[in-house]
Amino acid sequence: MSFTRDEGGWEVKSGHAEMLKGGVIMDVVTARQAEIAQAAGAVAVMALERVPADIRVQGGVARMSDPDVITAIQKAVTIPVMAKCRIGHFVEAQVLEALEIDFVDESEVLTPADEKHHVNKHSFKVPFVCGAVNLGEALRRIAEGAAMIRTKGEAGTGNVVEAVRHARQVLGDIRRIQSMREEELMSEAKAMGAPYDLIRFVHQNGKLPVVNFAAGGIATPADAALMMQLGMDGVFVGSGIFKSGNPEKRARAIVEAVSRFDQPGIIAEVSRGLGEAMVGINISTLSEEDRLAHRGW
Amino acid sequence: MARVGVLALQGGVSEHCAMLSSLGHNVVSIREPGGLAGVSALVIPGGESTAMILLLKRWRLFEPLGNAIRNDLPVLGTCAGAVLLSREVTEREHPIYQESLCAADVRAERNSFGRQVASFRQDVSITGLETPFPGVFIRAPLLHPLGPGAIVLASVEEGAVFIRQGSVWLSSFHPELTRDDRVHRMFLKESGIAGP
Repeated sequence: MSFTRDEGGWEVKSGHAEMLKGGVIMDVVTARQAEIAQAAGAVAVMALERVPADIRVQGGVARMSDPDVITAIQKAVTIPVMAKCRIGHFVEAQVLEALEIDFVDESEVLTPADEKHHVNKHSFKVPFVCGAVNLGEALRRIAEGAAMIRTKGEAGTGNVVEAVRHARQVLGDIRRIQSMREEELMSEAKAMGAPYDLIRFVHQNGKLPVVNFAAGGIATPADAALMMQLGMDGVFVGSGIFKSGNPEKRARAIVEAVSRFDQPGIIAEVSRGLGEAMVGINISTLSEEDRLAHRGW
Repeated sequence: MARVGVLALQGGVSEHCAMLSSLGHNVVSIREPGGLAGVSALVIPGGESTAMILLLKRWRLFEPLGNAIRNDLPVLGTCAGAVLLSREVTEREHPIYQESLCAADVRAERNSFGRQVASFRQDVSITGLETPFPGVFIRAPLLHPLGPGAIVLASVEEGAVFIRQGSVWLSSFHPELTRDDRVHRMFLKESGIAGP
């Protein structure tokens, strides 16, 4: 007896994100870095040409990575390989799907290709993760088909303050909606610019319908544990690992901190002797146009 | 009320916890060796097996967990959990050496169907269940039995996806991501754990 096979449906897209929970996803630019990330316990890697900290320094238009970079990283590791496309650049997304990337990050870290429209993510078999700074934005991306949400934070700064702001905003919005009366939901949907049925889901379940990770400025085990204690499902670490003094050790320490985020003694233990953290940037010194979190809507 | 443990190092932990709780069991998340005490059955969830094996060792669970399973603690592993329970681990296109708990005479071939774009949903006929079960396969492994003790209970075209060896159960797919609790119920019933 044989049954129909349905590839790339919602269950396997959102389900894949569920399997990443409690894990760390690391930015890598070479096959060697990908191997280090996997050996340290990363649950996935993000294949890039440049980490966000370098994109900031070098400037110019930041685009999807060279397929050669992506393929080299896919050959190096057995864990899922993610890659970024520009906001609204659905052809970059098609290319990444053709390369059999495991997850596409429609990312504000790259230069947006469309200032009005994000990618229609329903039309892809590959799942998407999207950034958000508040609940309305998160629900708009989910309505477009995102199978996973992350905070935008402020990538490439090594400064966790924006990730904290966005996490508190999203989680605070969720708690507020959860405590509303049923008849208040429509006006909230209107105010937030978010679909009514998703607002209702949040009201009834007290959480997003997809996995919710922290990203953008996480540089230390304590940063990662902070995001987990705030209620995030896992973390992305971008420049924080391979821009630090001892990437192997720091990567492993962040993985360990995320797996036991509520144990301060363990966070203390894993934080010893990690060498230099990435230098970092104070957000207030960034000009408006250098603030990546303002990209997308 | 039986205590049922869910290994909670990484991955799809909450879905298993929710399903086991809905069946009326006292569910405990296990993160350290002490957590295994008093547990009548254990579930190892899906996630990334490479990360989970590292954390099992780091938090000193690898030996105690292996011993408990060898001493007949009933265990159900889904996806990465099944990989951890297998005696041998290979991968579709990468040569790998990966440690495992060696609890069943099975070779798990990771990512056997391909990358995420080949992940799929397909009904499977499971021996012991009257009607097909909704199989959610995510970067799923195939399970190759290596000895007569490993009994294949369900297969797809490519090979076995659900195997039982004594008190050890391996599933390529994710019953915890569905609303169908029959796999969990069958595992608990066959493990001698009565419902409430």
